[in-house]
Amino acid sequence: MGEDHKNDNLALSRFGVVLGRLPILVENRKHSVSVNELIKQNKSKRSGKIIEKLIPFLLLLCGIISILTTVGIVFTLIIETFTFFNQVPIIEFITSKEWLPFYSGEDASYGIWPLVAGTLLIAFIAMIVAVPIGIASAIYLSEYASDRIRKLIKPVLEVLAGIPTIVYGFFALTFVTPLLRTFIDGLSIYNALSAGIVVGIMIIPMIASLSEDAMSSVPNSIREGAYALGATRFEVAVKVVLPAATSGIVASIVLGISRAIGETMIVSVAAGSSPKATLDPTESIQTMTAYIVQVSLGDAGYGSTIYYSIYAVGMTLFIFTLIMNLIAQYVSRHFREEY
Amino acid sequence: MNLVNKEQVKKKMASRLFTNRILQGLLLLATLFGLIVLGVLIYRMTTQGIGYLSLDFFTNFASRFPEQAGIKAAIVGTLWLMAVTIPVSLILGVGTALYLEEYAPKNRFTRIIQVNIANLAGVPSIVFGLLGLTIFVRLAEMGQSVLAGGYTLSLLILPVIVVASQEALRSVPKEMRDASYAMGATKWQTIQRVVLPASIPGILTGSILAFSRAIGETAPLIVIGALTYVAFLPENLYSGFTAMPIQIYNWATRPQIEFQELAAAGIIILLLMLIILNSIAVLIRNKFQKRY
Repeated sequence: MGEDHKNDNLALSRFGVVLGRLPILVENRKHSVSVNELIKQNKSKRSGKIIEKLIPFLLLLCGIISILTTVGIVFTLIIETFTFFNQVPIIEFITSKEWLPFYSGEDASYGIWPLVAGTLLIAFIAMIVAVPIGIASAIYLSEYASDRIRKLIKPVLEVLAGIPTIVYGFFALTFVTPLLRTFIDGLSIYNALSAGIVVGIMIIPMIASLSEDAMSSVPNSIREGAYALGATRFEVAVKVVLPAATSGIVASIVLGISRAIGETMIVSVAAGSSPKATLDPTESIQTMTAYIVQVSLGDAGYGSTIYYSIYAVGMTLFIFTLIMNLIAQYVSRHFREEY
Repeated sequence: MNLVNKEQVKKKMASRLFTNRILQGLLLLATLFGLIVLGVLIYRMTTQGIGYLSLDFFTNFASRFPEQAGIKAAIVGTLWLMAVTIPVSLILGVGTALYLEEYAPKNRFTRIIQVNIANLAGVPSIVFGLLGLTIFVRLAEMGQSVLAGGYTLSLLILPVIVVASQEALRSVPKEMRDASYAMGATKWQTIQRVVLPASIPGILTGSILAFSRAIGETAPLIVIGALTYVAFLPENLYSGFTAMPIQIYNWATRPQIEFQELAAAGIIILLLMLIILNSIAVLIRNKFQKRY
């Protein structure tokens, strides 16, 4: 028990003493029960005591479940990935440049690079869309917008953030891709560009709201100092507020990259399923997440090399996003400007 | 002595104000981009899907023939999933939050739980699918059942519920607890009768948003092996199932235009469900906001 609890008990017992004296003053009544006795009665109740002891234990169990989840994720991935590396050498997994798991026998090749390249291409395109628009929205909401406009825009961003990714995926396939095809000749139906753009749109609300939080926490006195020197709103935003909120903004971008890497349904629906390392966004590619979905939908039997390969890919994905999340935490903790 | 050259300042001022104007416009445009996308998205889904929205759409099972296909199995499957996910994630999430806020000593272990929850929130949902596939489907031998899917989704939204509940618990003023202790209540009595009732609006608002995320999740369910073509309703917790987003995915990935329109119709239903849930959350938030 913490110190708070001890203090509470102390305060209670003191209070009990004070209350206990009260009945003496009204002792004329015949069957009065002193509060002191009531408290004693209450304290001696067995069931109450057991519950008081049991509850923190049960709640601790709930808390432990969340730790078990993490342990479960890490161990699941490690154990099944090791099984995979028993069948496919780890050197091949890291160095081979081809990902051809569905080829039979000797022709099959398990080099993670094409999937990683596809994932990074998507994340890169997404960031080109999400970073400028997200930060611009944040600047507008925090520096320019009146309360009325903010009250209108913020719910819209919340709704955008709440739309299921499968809906975005369908939107990419049936609206963004046909739209892009009117501008770009030879754009394949499944392509990295359309999926990347829509992943970017999905991430805008996150970058916008996290960056706006960072900018809003810059104290007004600093802004007013700049205004007093004759700066325009834009100058205040770019030369004063942005530098002061850099750590929060960078953290939001890194978290955005992490989201883009882990995004699954948009890329499964719109980016295709041809693993290759290319810089050409008009081609069809495959991301790590999309590969896991492809195998899960297929009929790869339990225990086959393909079955275990999704864990190796999942492990790689997990490591990528974990590093990004740790970087984001580090940046927002160590580079924060304190006022 | 004249340190400021007024002429020069005046000349520069005009261009600086101009830049300010232009960029204000650009920033507003960027902000409105989200609004425009949302508008286009809703418009597209409505125009594409409206033709298939009929009573039959709700009462028919999936079918090879688009005009006979319906979303009944998916809606019922989603309801079954939620029947598992909502109680499990609420109990675990609120329990964890209560422990961290009310009981946990300030030590290393508590910090580990807290950091761990923050990190879990950043794990991609598909990785939770791999966890569910190994632990629930294989190890616990639940098979590709409603129960396995519900547990997986519960773990996925657990961090969101914990964080929301912690904030709600923290916002209950200390005076209310002190008053309860002063009346002779024990710690658990105080939590049960004072702290929890006061924080329930906050907990519910956060949790409902988490549930709507669970309803829209596709990837983890695909990984644990939810079915994509289902012509029956789940009978118990161990039945196979499909869910709305999976049915939509299945239709969306077929080349025929008719199935694309079916997918849009399914999306309309899914979005309507989410809008209703979110409105409930907003209503609760507005009704109980700032009581103290």
